[in-house]
Amino acid sequence: MTRLARLRTTLAEQPWELWTRQIAAVLRMDLRKNFLSRRGIWIYLLAFAPVVIITLHAIIDRHSGSMREDTEVLAGIFQFFYLRLGIFFGCLGIFTWLFRGEIIEKSLHYYFLAPVKREVLLLGKFVGGLVTSVTLFGLGVFASFAMMYLRFGDAGQYYIFNGPGMGQLLAYLGVTVLACIGYGSVFLALSLLFKNPVIPAILVLGWETFTPVLPSLVQRFSITYYLKQRN
Amino acid sequence: MSASLGDRVQVTGDREDRMSNVVSASAPRHSDANRQDRIILENVSKFYGEVLGVNRVNLSIPPGVTGLVGPNGSGKTTLMNLMTGLIHPTEGRVSVLGISPTRPEELFRRVGYCAQFDSFPKGVTGFSFIYNTLRLHGLDDREAVRLSQEALERVGMTEPALRKVAGYSKGMRQRIRLAQAIAHHPTVLVLDEPLNGLDPMARAESLELFQALGKQGLHVVISSHILHEVDKMSDQVILMSSGYVVAEGQIHTVRTEVKEHPMQILIRCSDPNLLASRVFAQDHVVEAKLIDDGKGVLVRTRDADAFYLLLNQLVVKEKLSLETVAPADDDVNSVYQYLIGSENKTI
Repeated sequence: MTRLARLRTTLAEQPWELWTRQIAAVLRMDLRKNFLSRRGIWIYLLAFAPVVIITLHAIIDRHSGSMREDTEVLAGIFQFFYLRLGIFFGCLGIFTWLFRGEIIEKSLHYYFLAPVKREVLLLGKFVGGLVTSVTLFGLGVFASFAMMYLRFGDAGQYYIFNGPGMGQLLAYLGVTVLACIGYGSVFLALSLLFKNPVIPAILVLGWETFTPVLPSLVQRFSITYYLKQRN
Repeated sequence: MSASLGDRVQVTGDREDRMSNVVSASAPRHSDANRQDRIILENVSKFYGEVLGVNRVNLSIPPGVTGLVGPNGSGKTTLMNLMTGLIHPTEGRVSVLGISPTRPEELFRRVGYCAQFDSFPKGVTGFSFIYNTLRLHGLDDREAVRLSQEALERVGMTEPALRKVAGYSKGMRQRIRLAQAIAHHPTVLVLDEPLNGLDPMARAESLELFQALGKQGLHVVISSHILHEVDKMSDQVILMSSGYVVAEGQIHTVRTEVKEHPMQILIRCSDPNLLASRVFAQDHVVEAKLIDDGKGVLVRTRDADAFYLLLNQLVVKEKLSLETVAPADDDVNSVYQYLIGSENKTI
């Protein structure tokens, strides 16, 4: 039997259906906690603060500015607020709390008392964090985009549906998803390795901030580098 | 040394001897068939840094109710956490019905653990707490609902099940944790202080439940501070002190082996004075004391079997009419006092 055939047999023998049900169970519990806990309010603020500012700007400065200018402002908001701060700190809050939160609330052992493979539990938790972060920041980016162009009326609609707008929106959303996956993986790993993941997270933030001025080979070891390639 | 509870007993003279005897015993060998229906600990030690949790424990626990008794810090919870894989031994091997606790995906299909931690996930109701655990087992919605309701009914928590756990009393939280541990019909039930905080009625019901589960052939391992309840419900006991197993086996047999403390036997009969004078002449009788109401004798003997034989002879010869013959210190409480009590005044 070839290696590939053996691998196929091994994969076919795994209880995928059970694992899927268990991941769904972890997901159901975690989504409720992530979305409805009072502790998560600041993450909502991070995700939707630009929406509020753009909306105020649209109401107050209704007749000023051009679409070109606003497109650049939106690009700036996405690059400097969402990617470097919002998603970074949002993922830090969400992903480091997945296991740390259970440890602090002394409820992690309930997961360990169920017949769940540790890998399945980890994956379920990660997917829970990912769904939360992508939903919050995806909605934030989408709402910022919509509010930015809504005030231009027909011209704004034309820009979105017949111009480069839709491609731009999809690119922003795609990068948001990738950023959540990248930062989420790093922060989940940090939370499992360190008792207090905030200090290594600050180091990651420093690294992500300063790598653009470092040699190109070193830049490849940062999440922002790959996100910029996609953007 | 064979280390099978229920089959044997391990107790020796003074505490140092007892411990050195237990610890120096070589680990028993267990056949595969034996492993399949027992909880086996082979030469298990657990250290938390330099602090001893348990040391060189050898146990083979058969089905039935096993009481785990010992003072605070004696290693009861460590032993239970080792059995359920929440912690791993520094040395030695643990096997639960042939399954290693390092494989939780298999172990917890057959094991239910009611831990001592009085904490719950935030915002859960009694029902959702059990339901969520059952969904984690991979059960579908219908089956999870059915088993949750069944477990709630068994612990008498059906009515408050939809209220948030945060609003429960200590006893209710205890019962809901018990319901979670039994909900998936485990074969092994490990219960750490399950009677804490329960009112007398709930205690009696829980004891009944544990005994019923034990009779069904389940392994029910219970730690408790309430010795007379352990005595009432346990088929066998494990006595622990300072991380060592001091004694193990059926309580009556354990008591018989505590040679340095003569057995106390209470006899109520038609002529206690005559009986006292006759038995006191025997070498193995240390004391024969008339009890306060004057209708009985409390005998302390080093050889209970010889004493019972003698009593039979006296009954025939002296035409004594016996009302009661009962061991007065053949219980967990007495054994605990003899083996551990002098070192640990409180438990």
